[in-house]
Amino acid sequence: MRLSLEPRTSPWPLMSALAPLLAVALATLGAGILFALMGRDPLAALHALFLSPLDSVNGLAELALKATPLLLCAIGIAIGVRANVWNIGAEGQFIIGAICGGGVALYFGPDGGWWLLPLMLLAGVAGGMAWAAVAAFLRTRFNAHEILVTLMLSYTAVQVLGWLVHGPWQDPEGFNFPQTPLFEPGALLPVLIEGTRVNLGAVFALLSVPLGSLLLGRMMVGFRIRVVGLAPGAARYAGFSEAGTVWFCLLLSGGLAGLAGICEVAGPIGQLLPVISPGYGFAAIIVAFLGRLHPVGILFAALLMALLYLGGEGLQISQQLPLAVTGVIQGMLLFFLLGADVFIGYRVRIVPRTPRHA
Amino acid sequence: MHDAAMLLAVLVATLRAATPLVLAGLGELVAERAGVLNLGLEGMMLVGAVTGFIAAVATGNLAWGLLAAMLAGAAMAAAFAFLTLGLRANQVATGLALTIFGVGFSALVGNSYQSQPIQGLATTLFPELSTAGPLLQQVLLIDPLVWLSLVAPVLVHRFLYRSRAGLILRAVGESHDVAHAFGYHVIRIRVLATLFGGAMSGLAGAYLSLAYTPMWTENMVAGRGWIALALVVFSTWKPGWLVVGAWLFGFVTIAGFQAEALGLSVSPQLLATLPYLSTIIVLVLISRDRVRLKLNAPAALGKPFNPAA
Repeated sequence: MRLSLEPRTSPWPLMSALAPLLAVALATLGAGILFALMGRDPLAALHALFLSPLDSVNGLAELALKATPLLLCAIGIAIGVRANVWNIGAEGQFIIGAICGGGVALYFGPDGGWWLLPLMLLAGVAGGMAWAAVAAFLRTRFNAHEILVTLMLSYTAVQVLGWLVHGPWQDPEGFNFPQTPLFEPGALLPVLIEGTRVNLGAVFALLSVPLGSLLLGRMMVGFRIRVVGLAPGAARYAGFSEAGTVWFCLLLSGGLAGLAGICEVAGPIGQLLPVISPGYGFAAIIVAFLGRLHPVGILFAALLMALLYLGGEGLQISQQLPLAVTGVIQGMLLFFLLGADVFIGYRVRIVPRTPRHA
Repeated sequence: MHDAAMLLAVLVATLRAATPLVLAGLGELVAERAGVLNLGLEGMMLVGAVTGFIAAVATGNLAWGLLAAMLAGAAMAAAFAFLTLGLRANQVATGLALTIFGVGFSALVGNSYQSQPIQGLATTLFPELSTAGPLLQQVLLIDPLVWLSLVAPVLVHRFLYRSRAGLILRAVGESHDVAHAFGYHVIRIRVLATLFGGAMSGLAGAYLSLAYTPMWTENMVAGRGWIALALVVFSTWKPGWLVVGAWLFGFVTIAGFQAEALGLSVSPQLLATLPYLSTIIVLVLISRDRVRLKLNAPAALGKPFNPAA
């Protein structure tokens, strides 16, 4: 007996929607087994992971807070992957966005007016775009693959942030801690619900969903992106510029990641620290795939991934489990999703092993 | 005399810094020559590093640690092979998943071993020599895995270009349909090449946690898996050039420390960006010649094989 994969004549659309659900179910099962292996009651741990975070207004607000950077980064990544442009370095663009926007806040300090916050956001977007533009330039001009370039730029960005908060931007009154001074109140994003931390950034993230859908489904540039991704030969024949698509995708996703970065430091963090992200830029890759590279799907996927982060923190407190559990479950989720996707394109049959003919 | 000792120190330090890149890079080179693009090096190295460390602590024997690391790397590669070669999942996405999983898994498993010291590889092999003179002490830092990093490229080169199995492996990477038509087991050969890549990555990870800096810290591979991947492209899939590239990187890493020793004050964070920026430069230099890259790259790299078609 062996498994045989037969290509379907046309993809199975229902499975495309079911695969993420199947993957979530399998990852939940995997998480339960993991908890049992670590000597915890699986049901109690799963409850703490998925349900406990949602039983208060504050919990829901924290969920929105964590979904914001994931959503912004993932929509940019997804639009790129549609065109076969792999921006794996959203984490770096996020950090540079935070540095540029945060730098504006620190430069003006208490002298800022109403214009300070918009200027910070612009600087954040521009910073993320600039970091991604390096990859776009090297790809279009020198054929250097964007996966490796954006990744290397992410590692570089982490070090640049470390240098700034240990060196030139360090708070002189901060007892030598690696951190900048706290941003002035005028440089912080307004909070939406009193008593919680959810802020204006969540609105930007929500807006990116219809805008992303519009771009992909209704606009010429979105059409080009899809053609370049699905049929590069046809795109060339139609005269769609490949370089233009690479630039557009990287600038867009870089800008969104930069926006996410400045929203994070001008929001819940309120200053620059050596570590400002628990890996949102990388988790956003999973979010993009889990959301089927479609903005609406990505909204749900981002909420789920945010719940994993939130629940992971809860597990740390209630079950004394290390925070790394979140990363393992995230990895399993993507594994199962990629495995489940086989059913979209192939029919899986169990066939008896036939004797081999030499 | 002082100069000779200094030169030797730089040379040895370069070789040591290059070792994990050579080991992981060679594994990936063989996998890519068979047509498999596994972007999960970073994850496999991390899992290798933590598994090797735990096994070495548990058994008190570094050899068991190295073996466990190779098995762990191969196990990760087996998951990759199952998804991409068995279920024909996208190789790029699956490789990323492997890395994301490896980062989380290694952090979870290694959580209680953080910063626990261990007797490193070099000194335990020749304990009686640890009181030798300064020159000899430098050479003592060349542990068996550094020697392996010098020998393995020759072996891999001989395998790829001087053996029948190597020829078949390259044929599978150039055109799986032709290789299939000739009666070779494309999937089986690719699985084996992928497993070899995983084992080498695991070994490279264990080198970091058992020899280079003998301890386990979260994310200690610090992008070396990705640098090794870039080196494979840089080498145009030839073992000899891979070694040259790795030495170059070892030297860049070491040069930073040497600059510090010479009294140049540069922030450690900015020094740490050097390997990453060099990777980008190297990648640009090699990729700008599209024709050369295309002529040297395995033609079926990353493409799924569908025997029914």
